[in-house]
Amino acid sequence: MKVQINGEDKEIADGLSVAGLLKQLQIRPGRVVVERNREIVARDTYDAMFLAEGDALEIVHFVGGG
Amino acid sequence: MGDFLQIAGTNYRSRLIVGTGKYKDFQETKRAIEISGAEIVTVAVRRVNITDPNKENLLDYLDPKKFTILPNTAGCYNANDAVRTCHLAREAGIGKLVKLEVIGDDRTLFPDIPATLEAAKVLVKEGFTVLPYISDDPITAQKLEDIGCAAVMPLAAPIGSGLGIRNPYNLRIILEHAKVPVIVDAGVGTASDAAMALEMGCHGVLMNTAIANAKNPILMAEAMRLGVEAGRKAYLAGRIPKKLYATASSPLDGMLS
Repeated sequence: MKVQINGEDKEIADGLSVAGLLKQLQIRPGRVVVERNREIVARDTYDAMFLAEGDALEIVHFVGGG
Repeated sequence: MGDFLQIAGTNYRSRLIVGTGKYKDFQETKRAIEISGAEIVTVAVRRVNITDPNKENLLDYLDPKKFTILPNTAGCYNANDAVRTCHLAREAGIGKLVKLEVIGDDRTLFPDIPATLEAAKVLVKEGFTVLPYISDDPITAQKLEDIGCAAVMPLAAPIGSGLGIRNPYNLRIILEHAKVPVIVDAGVGTASDAAMALEMGCHGVLMNTAIANAKNPILMAEAMRLGVEAGRKAYLAGRIPKKLYATASSPLDGMLS
């Protein structure tokens, strides 16, 4: 199914959870925050939150800044 | 009795707050911050590079148990984006402290004050501890204090400009009225600028570029720590008044005749 991740169109497997997506992208869940369709996904729901066609995801983390 | 920078009931020994941007690498970031003695460090919230996610993370170098992480809203040009960024930062689980900056213009990076006020209202209501970046305007400082911000952070000069304190008189007026800490944020160029801010009675100073872009960032980080300490001690000690004419330091009695 098609989703958008950090502004880019991506094709991912149907029925993937947020946890599954992060694993596939090799992203450590403890260091990022995920937003799905403008709603923050609580970390303790990554396993239970399944993605749907057309979802817009933002995966952010802290970087150097002033 | 110790001398602390108190923000929303938490005491910090260091009055220097440092940014983590513009360093050569995370190793240099970490060393400079350690030498600066800073306990609060600012960070930005940005998208993960999903094509190269295995890059090291800033927090691998700055232990959030050791440092107070202060996420900023840099790059936000309206209140909604700033609030959204704070929500994302909060979910990272590093506390409720945020550096609110809503930028008004990309050439000066001066703050958009109406938008800053709007975002501050929302964030304070939601329980954030809000430290807003503002222009050196006493009226703005007062309004943000009234909204419930935990400090006010007037700029000394434009972000990254290194011009030092351009309007000490406005800062003095802000200091006279503020009941929350006044932290000079942005525009510091070198250690004497930091010392001057503290000598005037500012409660702290926040900087990034002045350290990170110095020829030797590690040495400048140390200079800034010393500058801040010297300025604070001089403020507490109480400087002598400025006089036009000389006053002899050696006694006049007992001179050879």
